[in-house]
Amino acid sequence: MNMQAVPLNWYLLLSAALFSLGIVGFLIRRNLITIFMSIELMLNGVNLSFVTFAHQWHMVKGQIFVFFVMVVAAAEAAVGLAIIIAVYRARATLAVDRIDLMKL
Amino acid sequence: MSIWWFVLWSLLKVLVVTVVLLMGVAYTVLLERKVVGRIQNRWGPSRVGPFGLLQPLVDGAKSFLKEDIIPTGVYKPLYLLAPILSLACALILISVVPFGNPDIALGGFHLFQISDVNIGLLVVLGVTSVGVYGIALAGWSSNNKYSLLGSLRSSAQLISYELALGLSLVGVVLRAGSLNLRVIVESQATHGLLSWNIFGGFQFIAFFVYLTAAYAETNRAPFDLPEAESELTAGYHTEYSSMKFAMFFMAEYANMINVGCVATLLFLGGWTSPFGDIFGLQQYPILAAILPLFWFVSKVFFFLFLYIWVRGTLPRFRYDQLMNFGWRWLLPVAILNIVGTSLWLALKQ
Amino acid sequence: MHLILFIIFAGLCLAGALNLLLQKHPINSALSLVVVMTSLAVLYLLLGAEFLAAAQIIVYAGAIMVLFTFVIMLLNAGREERTLGSRAAIAVGFPAVAVILAVIATVLVKAQGLGAASLSDGVTSTEDLSRVLFHELLLPFEVTSVLILIAILGAVALARKGHGEQEAGK
Repeated sequence: MNMQAVPLNWYLLLSAALFSLGIVGFLIRRNLITIFMSIELMLNGVNLSFVTFAHQWHMVKGQIFVFFVMVVAAAEAAVGLAIIIAVYRARATLAVDRIDLMKL
Repeated sequence: MSIWWFVLWSLLKVLVVTVVLLMGVAYTVLLERKVVGRIQNRWGPSRVGPFGLLQPLVDGAKSFLKEDIIPTGVYKPLYLLAPILSLACALILISVVPFGNPDIALGGFHLFQISDVNIGLLVVLGVTSVGVYGIALAGWSSNNKYSLLGSLRSSAQLISYELALGLSLVGVVLRAGSLNLRVIVESQATHGLLSWNIFGGFQFIAFFVYLTAAYAETNRAPFDLPEAESELTAGYHTEYSSMKFAMFFMAEYANMINVGCVATLLFLGGWTSPFGDIFGLQQYPILAAILPLFWFVSKVFFFLFLYIWVRGTLPRFRYDQLMNFGWRWLLPVAILNIVGTSLWLALKQ
Repeated sequence: MHLILFIIFAGLCLAGALNLLLQKHPINSALSLVVVMTSLAVLYLLLGAEFLAAAQIIVYAGAIMVLFTFVIMLLNAGREERTLGSRAAIAVGFPAVAVILAVIATVLVKAQGLGAASLSDGVTSTEDLSRVLFHELLLPFEVTSVLILIAILGAVALARKGHGEQEAGK
């Protein structure tokens, strides 16, 4: 069994790929919830690079950054989904093209 | 030790433990039917085999041979995925549980634990929280209002009680100073009964909170609202038949066993004997290997019996009562327990 | 072994992320995102971040994504339709993102001095993590708890039925 090591560039490339896929999702999807999920995907991509750099420099603080990102993501999900529910109540749709007025 | 031997050995352990767990599930069902029968002053299953002992076999064959119906309105991929997810999450949990003294090894291979993980307790919590998907997806993909109501109730219930469940375990972690289940048990192994967390660790409030929250997590009486027959037909598994229903059923009982295992490990000293080692039995190698197993199994059995006893005794909560109880009582009590335990530990130093 | 695990779970990650984009129904997208998050948890384990792997499963897969699924079920969100806006976004968005990815990728591939990860590397224990979190970064930690509190209040205020309806109900 080879204990072959994986260069950290690969992890960073994966993280960049996830982040870009998140941007693509954010741009091309037209459902409010899916757009929100694309943002979560971008956050996850960034988290992976934080963990990778924490591994590279043997610093625990990189992991703590991820911890804080998770907290912010949780708060963001709670408030964001509440907003989505409120919008759905007012408009009865989740398509972003139809939710283009500033007031509810 | 070559890695392939390690993989082979782990696979063997997984196989044996899964088979034993599934047998345990089958006989828990029988135990429940027997005990509830006696509580309700009737016999329970008694026809197949001596004392009805072969009943689980027959039940299994029945659910296997029944017609497997997939209703036309369902969303098929998720409808098929949901029972598998439920059962998988219920079975994975046992992999971090040390069910005997894990120090005992045969030729370098540890016998009584599939894998010794540093974050064992977090793995338990994580797998439990992923288990919600099985129920949520089952209700949604069935395309049936009773299923959907049952699964919405259930997901809300699971999410609410998960908080109290997680927080009730913090006291134990504080005392042991580790998330490793083996270390947590070893921290309770010094003086037998007196050093168990529930007695010596003054965690009986946490124990009560954990047990209540766990009953709600496993959707068992008195918190079995998701499948309240009188209101919702059968809740999230209304549209499931044959083996797919059996998978939900097995998942429920496997989860009961898991709760029993975790409660045993965290509060009742796991595999340790309640008498410590006053009889000096540890010097016989075979007894030292088998006795911990015996203690562990009897403690888990105690929890299963308690489950059934509670089911036979308590009436079902109403939904608003359930939510009020979870958020207004269990959660604050769990937080108070954390504050109390950490104060006590800080003052003791 | 590390290489095999990395390839499997990085593949799962990318497949899940692509599936998130391609699926029409939000619930399928949500489930593919769960796949991405659980495979990321495995990658965190490979990088020696034990506690984060567990937190990733508990917080992301177990709480945030359950909330998403819950809302999708509650609103019974259907398939989304293609509109003029989405066609424009595809036409402009894909090339722009491809350029961004290409730039990042060239920088990363050329980057020197980055190490490698293998299974024998040390693991960051939960104790180390909490020591830094509760000693050096105590203030930020407390601030995040205030943030969470505000988020709870905001979520309750937003998701509650409007005041007008409530008074009409009374």
